[in-house]
Amino acid sequence: MAAGHAHVLYREVDSPVHRLPPEVKIAAMVAFTIAVVATPREALWAFGAYALLVVAVAVLARVNARWLLLRSTIELPFVVFAVALPFLGVGERVDVAGLSLSVDGLYGAWNIVAKGTLGVWASLLLAASTTTRDLIVGLDRLRCPQILTQIATFMLRYLDVLVGEARRMRVARISRGDDPRFVWQLRGFAAGVGALFLRAFERGERVYLAMLSRGYTGRMPAVWQGAGAATTGQWLVAATVPVLAGAVAATAVVLT
Amino acid sequence: MQPTAPSLEVRGVRYAYPDGHVALHGVDLTVARGERVALLGPNGAGKTTLVLHLNGILTPTEGGIVVGGLAVSSDRARLAEIRRRVGIVFQDPDDQLFLPTVAEDVAFGPANLGLRGAELAARVDEALAAVGMSEHRDRTPHHLSFGQRRRVAVATVLAMRPEILVLDEPSSNLDPAARRELAGILRDLPVTLLMVTHDLPYAFELCDRSVILDGGRIVADGPTPELLGDEELLARHRLELPYLFRPTPGPTPVRE
Repeated sequence: MAAGHAHVLYREVDSPVHRLPPEVKIAAMVAFTIAVVATPREALWAFGAYALLVVAVAVLARVNARWLLLRSTIELPFVVFAVALPFLGVGERVDVAGLSLSVDGLYGAWNIVAKGTLGVWASLLLAASTTTRDLIVGLDRLRCPQILTQIATFMLRYLDVLVGEARRMRVARISRGDDPRFVWQLRGFAAGVGALFLRAFERGERVYLAMLSRGYTGRMPAVWQGAGAATTGQWLVAATVPVLAGAVAATAVVLT
Repeated sequence: MQPTAPSLEVRGVRYAYPDGHVALHGVDLTVARGERVALLGPNGAGKTTLVLHLNGILTPTEGGIVVGGLAVSSDRARLAEIRRRVGIVFQDPDDQLFLPTVAEDVAFGPANLGLRGAELAARVDEALAAVGMSEHRDRTPHHLSFGQRRRVAVATVLAMRPEILVLDEPSSNLDPAARRELAGILRDLPVTLLMVTHDLPYAFELCDRSVILDGGRIVADGPTPELLGDEELLARHRLELPYLFRPTPGPTPVRE
């Protein structure tokens, strides 16, 4: 079976962070990110403190640095333009290694890279310690509109099925001599996408009929949401990270 | 509702698709409580169309259906009860299983009936035990084998305690061992059974009575060994026994 698509980022280990209920981790991640973003960019020491917090959580969650750094390359396309800022910025300039750079631009680039990286790290830690399924449960418990969590649930469930169908169709095409390496041979691929859409559409209809047959009336029954919700203690434990981050941010604001 | 009412009564059901194609030309079929009936027929005979009538997903152009003394109608409350009574297991388990864990999927039907808490959990346990899947309750359906997924699909319907269990091609795509395991499970279920199939040995093994549907009409109805013994009848309706297979009533297969 095509296993594992649903767990691209999840790290299967047992740790105190893994055991925390998903909703407190989501809330902590969001609060931490807000604190980071609210920090004035000139308070360089604050970002060091945040990085230490991330490292502490990563150690607790038994996520190794290599994995974290490798995965955080996902932000590269988003921060690439930050490199240009020191050259394009206006105002006061400094000479670094023979290059005349804008101070304002340097701070701007730093702002984007530092805040972006910390946000990506926080999200990666959440994803590494929470299964996708639990993320949806957590969003549900945080009163995220049910329609959104339902769409996410279905997407997760059928992603594997659709990927499997696409793969089988591709193998069947290639087996008949299709070699979609050249642009003029993309026709087969394009027709395949159309066929895949039809298949997905038909499957959607069959899934719906099967749901109707089991008494579905348009609303998902709330079954398991009650079980295992976070206790006050767990909220307090998870709150330590955003509270520390908030304190750092507040201090940074006062000092600058 | 009197206890003697047959589990299923199909009276003169005629059905034309919106494009005018007539799929059923007046079908009559009565299944007594506790009976096990195989619905045989070639591809395109109208078997699946008939199945979709049994729980009110399709509405007959003429005629009517009564399930355990309750007539199928478009009334919402009535339809909910009909869908509880008629448990349909669809051909592709991937259409039926759409929730992230086996237990949640099995709970979906009874939860739609309004069951909650301990009662719901008991239903789930009972249904999973009946198909021998209790130890897989927290797994993701798409990580199970095809045979296991089909057994879970049967459990999702059993959890609703149906009056009649309707199986659409239960043996399709199963390897020989999974096919035999499913037969063992189906044989032990204390329910009325309607099995749609063109796997004739499977019908012979599990059902005392068979009906042949062809061209939207019931063309034969009798004890399974008799029907399968009539080569000419089978050939007329594009059905045939596997090579070397002769239906001789023998001792029931050895069970593990």
